[in-house]
Amino acid sequence: MSEVAALPNGWQLIVGLEVHVELATKTKMFSASANRFGDEPNTNIDPVTLGLPGALPVLNQHAIELAMRIGLALNCKVQPCTFHRKNYFYPDLPKAYQITQYDHPLNIDGHLMLPGEVRIGIERAHLEEDTGKSTHFGGSSGRIHGSDYSLIDFNRAGVPLVEIVSRPDIRTSEQARQYVGELRSILLAVGASDAKMEEGSMRCDVNVSVHKPGTPFGTRCEIKNVNSIRSVGRAIDYEARRQVDVIEGGGTIRQETRHWDDATGRTETLRTKEDADDYRYFLEPDLVPLVPDQSWIDAVRAALPVLPAARRKALAELCGVDKDGESAIVVVERGQDDYVAAVVAAGGDPRRAVVYVQQAFAEQGATPKVPAKDLAALTILERDAKVTSTQAKTLLTDLIEAGGGDVSAMATKRGFEALDTSAVEAMVDAAIAAEPGAWQKYCNGEEKALGALVGAVMKSSKGKADGKVITALLQAKRP
Amino acid sequence: MQKLVDIVAGVTNGSLKASAVVEEHLARIVARESEIHAFNLVTADQARNDAAKVDEDVKSGKKVGALAGVPIALKDNMCTRGVETTCSSKILQGWKPPYDATVVTKLRAAGAVIMGKTNLDEFAMGSSTENSAFGPTKNPHDVSRVPGGSSGGSAAAVSAGFAAASLGSDTGGSIRQPAALCGVVGVKPTYGVVSRYGLVAFASSLDQIGPFTSDVRDAATLLEVISGHDPMDSTSIPQAAPSLVSVLDHGVAGMRIGRVTDLPEGCEPDVLARLEAAFDALRSAGAIIVDIKLPSIQYCLTAYYLIAPAEASSNLARYDGVRYGNRVEAADLNAMYAATREAGFGEEVKRRIMLGTYALSAGYYDAYYGKALKVRRLISDDFAHAYEKTDVILTPTSPSVAFKFGSKTDNPLAMYLCDVFTIPTNLAGHPAMSVPFGTGANSMPVGVQVLATTLGEQAMFKVAAELERSL
Repeated sequence: MSEVAALPNGWQLIVGLEVHVELATKTKMFSASANRFGDEPNTNIDPVTLGLPGALPVLNQHAIELAMRIGLALNCKVQPCTFHRKNYFYPDLPKAYQITQYDHPLNIDGHLMLPGEVRIGIERAHLEEDTGKSTHFGGSSGRIHGSDYSLIDFNRAGVPLVEIVSRPDIRTSEQARQYVGELRSILLAVGASDAKMEEGSMRCDVNVSVHKPGTPFGTRCEIKNVNSIRSVGRAIDYEARRQVDVIEGGGTIRQETRHWDDATGRTETLRTKEDADDYRYFLEPDLVPLVPDQSWIDAVRAALPVLPAARRKALAELCGVDKDGESAIVVVERGQDDYVAAVVAAGGDPRRAVVYVQQAFAEQGATPKVPAKDLAALTILERDAKVTSTQAKTLLTDLIEAGGGDVSAMATKRGFEALDTSAVEAMVDAAIAAEPGAWQKYCNGEEKALGALVGAVMKSSKGKADGKVITALLQAKRP
Repeated sequence: MQKLVDIVAGVTNGSLKASAVVEEHLARIVARESEIHAFNLVTADQARNDAAKVDEDVKSGKKVGALAGVPIALKDNMCTRGVETTCSSKILQGWKPPYDATVVTKLRAAGAVIMGKTNLDEFAMGSSTENSAFGPTKNPHDVSRVPGGSSGGSAAAVSAGFAAASLGSDTGGSIRQPAALCGVVGVKPTYGVVSRYGLVAFASSLDQIGPFTSDVRDAATLLEVISGHDPMDSTSIPQAAPSLVSVLDHGVAGMRIGRVTDLPEGCEPDVLARLEAAFDALRSAGAIIVDIKLPSIQYCLTAYYLIAPAEASSNLARYDGVRYGNRVEAADLNAMYAATREAGFGEEVKRRIMLGTYALSAGYYDAYYGKALKVRRLISDDFAHAYEKTDVILTPTSPSVAFKFGSKTDNPLAMYLCDVFTIPTNLAGHPAMSVPFGTGANSMPVGVQVLATTLGEQAMFKVAAELERSL
């Protein structure tokens, strides 16, 4: 694992993440208005969404089910739960309170595994409603104070959210990025959210503190406005260094909420604990306790798909690649692991199959158009040195463009006839004779000289000779 | 004045025109409304149209509803689509809801004719309607006296014959106390029997809509129409409403009637005398009087004045001038909030928002709101024990008959004590109703309160009907 910018003087980073995800329901958390991103502002509204006098919330059963899917996928206990009101004034909060879960959340005590068997505890994953979206015009800060006017879109108000709160188990910014990435894969896999950080359907608040091992955790700061996985890492690295600098400069860390500025790469104070709202939480009297019965929980659990970690492991075992490596991660994230398995089942070379799919199938989705047997045939052509790896890449492009076909025929059409070893050997000998200087250098151990010799053979074979075969022949001939 | 059931019967069989019924009631409004001020708004044109529609349906042989042609007034905290709904507050003055409350939908579907929106203490906070931003309602029995509150306009409208029935809301006694003071029947059903969807919330865990009528049978008839499960209200009880009219003639022979021996003090002798007369009447009709204790009842008023304001402080936070209602412009957002709420809310509403905000604040929650919730459980336990020994409980509705305007306005605690007998039921979520039972001091009406356990409306109505018959 790559450790990014380790902290000086034995300081240890402690990170916990609060991730909000919008659920992929048809309607809102408490009303029948559509839950749809990108519509004309203030069209998906109703008395409940606007918090009109007399309107009452009714729980969306599909939101509960999606929240349970998230909890179960994160190894949480699903329990009877209640809803509270979190009271504060803000123009995009129509009722002046948010309905959320407080002391009895739906999902508790789970965990998520990161590469290297790192276990990150999940404290809770609870249901709540989103606010409307404010846009402030005029002024320089982009915030309400100092702006000329503000507009509010209530389409987002009442959209169901699940807030996933990790335990402070994360120790590096790299782990934090992996955590967000893995969480996102799980959310996509279980169909709970489209988890698009750029559209705000997945949002991260990062709690950062530093301490010396063996001493209590330091005072933490919460960082908001972290809108990409990359920013998660950058914000943590910046904030950790800032805290260490403050402490080592004789200062103390105040508990506060800080704002991440992606452009400047810095965090700055948003509000301190002293001006934090007193949310006056109390049990939401308009709702009754939610008690999911065991048969419902069991049914949701049974219907869960195989999760990304298990799929990567299976793919890695099938293809002989690292389960935490790029190809396993990318192929599973795209949902193409079943396709790779089909290619292998059709007799394809497993390792080549996973690499081809990783490298060339980015636009193909979970069910590529190229029939598995055709890709399998290509991997065998290359494995058996019927075509070179360069030729194989060309054929792969042809195969994708044609949406499948007979690869042998395609190879013939392209004139990709593999040369037999004796023909290549003759060309190698000719190259040695033609480039005596390069040959001498190569024999003296200058590996760089190899390139000129291989290039000469490739040129005389018009690209039909396999580079690996040429190299092997040259090595064998070296005294 | 005509009973609700007689209007329905007459209109349905064609012997009575709904239009004529409405005109009679409008005539009484014209004659006395300027003096009484029961209404914030009289929807005369719409009432005439609705009545004509009912008459048309009857004429063309269409089946008409269970409230065909009945003129009904609505407390002005129930949403009516396109018709101003103010809660008697300046902050909502001019606001026209885009939707009907569930009760309004049910009334319309049953053929009722809505006469208008009645006055109340602002946001239902008060016991006299003196807290209305639009001026008080007068008691039709003596216009120098209050009609009670907060549903004073709805009680007065029935008492003065402006409507055959009305709806009110009861959070701590706001239906029963004005019913008693105006000499009409008022019912607070079991919490969850009538949908709260479209009722502007005061204290959500206590609010319940119920009817005002001139007799018990009318109340049973109207309550049957407005009750029943509503998927739009998560606290609505998921079962059909019990049949009430069918039990009214069952009598009370063998029923056990609870007499509370540790009732809070402060009830006037004239009211207590009528309560004793009620026990006598029921005993004569074959009921058994049982002594019971409710030890926690002495804490209920205090607990209520923490729980109700706490919920109100949250429910009324949405009146911030941003989206609807009145706004007072100011330099920045927080100043606009403050100026809007300063100008829009009356003194009592502000007092309760302050109380409730304090009770829920960090560091005070456990000592105030948390303790109040414990009292709420205790009084429920007390009632549970009592109802092992008794079927219903009889208490006074109000400690006194209607009082003079201004006599309690300088002392909020004296005003709060008006609800000392009605509040425990709200805390427990139980049903209770006030039945007129003669008169007390100054010949003003006295109400007797009949309490029952959760969904005990049938027992409650049997006893109420017996009390009415005995007069």
